[in-house]
Amino acid sequence: MKHLTFVSAAALALVANTAFAETEITWWHAMGGKLGETVNQIAADFNASQDEYTITPVFKGTYEETLTAGIAAFRAGEQPNIIQVFDAGAATVIGAKGATIPVQDLLLANGVDFDINDYISGVRYFYADAEGKMIGMPFNSSSPIMYFNETALAAAGVEAPKTWEEFETVTAPALVAAGYIPLAESHSPWIFVENFMSRHNLPFATNDNGYTGVDTQILVNSDELKMHWTHVKDWLDQGYFGWYGASWDDNQAPFEEGKVGLWMGSSGSFGGLMQKDLPFEFSATYLPYWESVTTEPTQTFIGGASLFAMSGQSDEENAATAAFFQYLTSPEVQYMWHRETGYVPITTAAYEMAKADGHYDRFPAAEVGIKQLSLPSGEHTKGYRMGFYVQIRDVMNREFGRILTGETSVEDAFATIETEANELLSRFAMTQG
Amino acid sequence: MAATDLWSPVHIYGGFMKRAGFSTRWLPILLLLPQLSIILIFFYWPAAHAVKSSFYLQDPFGFGETFVGMKNYTALLKSSAYLRSAQFTVIFTLIVTMLSLSLALLLAVKADKVIKGAKTYRTLLMWVYAVAPPVAGVIGLVLFDQSWGPLKDFFGLFGWDFRLGVTYFDTAFAMVVVSVWKQLPVNFIFFLSGLQSIPKSVREAALIDNRSATGRFWDVTFPLLAPTAFFLLIINITYALFDTFGIIDTLAKGEPSNNPMTLVYRVYVDGFRGNDLGGSSAQSVVLMVLVLALTVFQFRMVERRIHYT
Repeated sequence: MKHLTFVSAAALALVANTAFAETEITWWHAMGGKLGETVNQIAADFNASQDEYTITPVFKGTYEETLTAGIAAFRAGEQPNIIQVFDAGAATVIGAKGATIPVQDLLLANGVDFDINDYISGVRYFYADAEGKMIGMPFNSSSPIMYFNETALAAAGVEAPKTWEEFETVTAPALVAAGYIPLAESHSPWIFVENFMSRHNLPFATNDNGYTGVDTQILVNSDELKMHWTHVKDWLDQGYFGWYGASWDDNQAPFEEGKVGLWMGSSGSFGGLMQKDLPFEFSATYLPYWESVTTEPTQTFIGGASLFAMSGQSDEENAATAAFFQYLTSPEVQYMWHRETGYVPITTAAYEMAKADGHYDRFPAAEVGIKQLSLPSGEHTKGYRMGFYVQIRDVMNREFGRILTGETSVEDAFATIETEANELLSRFAMTQG
Repeated sequence: MAATDLWSPVHIYGGFMKRAGFSTRWLPILLLLPQLSIILIFFYWPAAHAVKSSFYLQDPFGFGETFVGMKNYTALLKSSAYLRSAQFTVIFTLIVTMLSLSLALLLAVKADKVIKGAKTYRTLLMWVYAVAPPVAGVIGLVLFDQSWGPLKDFFGLFGWDFRLGVTYFDTAFAMVVVSVWKQLPVNFIFFLSGLQSIPKSVREAALIDNRSATGRFWDVTFPLLAPTAFFLLIINITYALFDTFGIIDTLAKGEPSNNPMTLVYRVYVDGFRGNDLGGSSAQSVVLMVLVLALTVFQFRMVERRIHYT
């Protein structure tokens, strides 16, 4: 019976559609599971909020699969109106000028007020061009943060470490004595390279981290990074650090099982952890920094993904896309997204709304991501822009795996990463020819 | 038999084998056309496209491109990661082919001798055939899981700290085990039917001449199985090279990292995951040449020594 009602409703809607000619747009995204449900909710709410436009979200698999599907569709002239592209794919989609309409232009052309300063500082320029024009609309913005098992820390009689020095000399030995593996992390290139750079305000690549040109060289073969990784390998050997491969979930699982005391994941992992009803209390704090490298630690990069308006669509559809972006960035929707998922609110207004609503009094850990993104900025903290970056991350992951399984030395690994990454960057520069 | 004979060319043309054929030249071409056009559209055209892209570096969206000549190929030769994958692919293919053929042969020979409950036994051996490669991979993930996999616990009894996705060797080991397991039933079915088609008279004659079962197997049964074995050899090499993709992808959990990779998986990783169209096209061309060489080699060199009856 329910089905019948649904079918007749759909038939009615079809008739209604022809009568009012609603503009229909599609949105390809990579949000599965609980995140996907929230995405569908946002779309349904948008459709219900007005009767000019209808948006249809379509789940296309992982971030990599979504980008590849979008590229294939674009080349076939069948592209969606909106596509979600992750941080590592930003250079590819932004480099292909003509594939997308800069979100700033789109909004202004459709009479939507736009001020980049409405966005919180950490997300403002990551998906912008060298002149600071916003190209992609930050959507699910996250940052790596350090979660901790409060029961474990209490048993060890320590607090979450602020610096790596503190971790090495105080926290880790105490956690080991209390029977825990002190530390795990779920994404080595993101947490132990990219955000290591931003947290310590170190340059990640030439050309202003890659924003001002394509003839970019990566700067990973640095003393600071090699020092960090030498310590990481020592920690692994001493039992201070657990490594479970390159898979995100395999590194998160031991934390959820209560074996690992400190786990570095995404601020967006918060919603999932809350839902799991873990057998211990947990909270979160900033990523530690090396006092020997800096005494003034800075903010981190945003991770996650942003939404791009693909070109080649009619003016009506572009107007619909602009209307959806306006809806998406409204404080109410941003706060709902933040509350449900743990991704950071991207505008100051939404952040203020969450504060006023007492969200952070209830869940202090939910505020860590946005607070870390709002820490003092530095010369090298707005983001990075490198082509073929997915492969560069793969190279890093491969070499880190080899360091941690004793197949190579830190020195050799970083020399290899530098050579292969620069080769990939120069190949990418030629694709832009 | 009689019913099919009625329609054989021999019958229609009244016993003159040489005259069996079509009366016009165009009918066979017309009948072949659908098949030929499918091959042209789905094989030759994309292959030609891949050859062309392998000489370019191209923006994935198709806005810019640079002709780079052989640079995509020389980059492959210089890449230690690519050479490592090539080496792994060769070893992996050899081990998977040899193990799945020899184990299946052993099982088929034993199954051939079973009289009681033969059908159940054979069905049990065959049903893995229905499992799709990615599903086989998922079963492997469950068995070898780092924290609760039963096989990992079993290896632990022998002091082997098995860690899938962490240690290169362990991941490779799991890939081989799952790939062999998945391929066993196909080989088993073919070997068993090959064994059953050996005439009883031949076996009985051999029984009189040679009392050793092993001797009879190698002198009589195995040569008679050679056509089947040769066919399976080709099927298995192709399987290990190409069809294990789903198993590799699942066991590597989609993260190339320091995991072993076959060349086919690498084409996917660089092309579809990394959007390097030129580089992955060059890799595809290398694979095409490899397959061509393999085919020529197998039919020229090996088949000469096999006699079909």
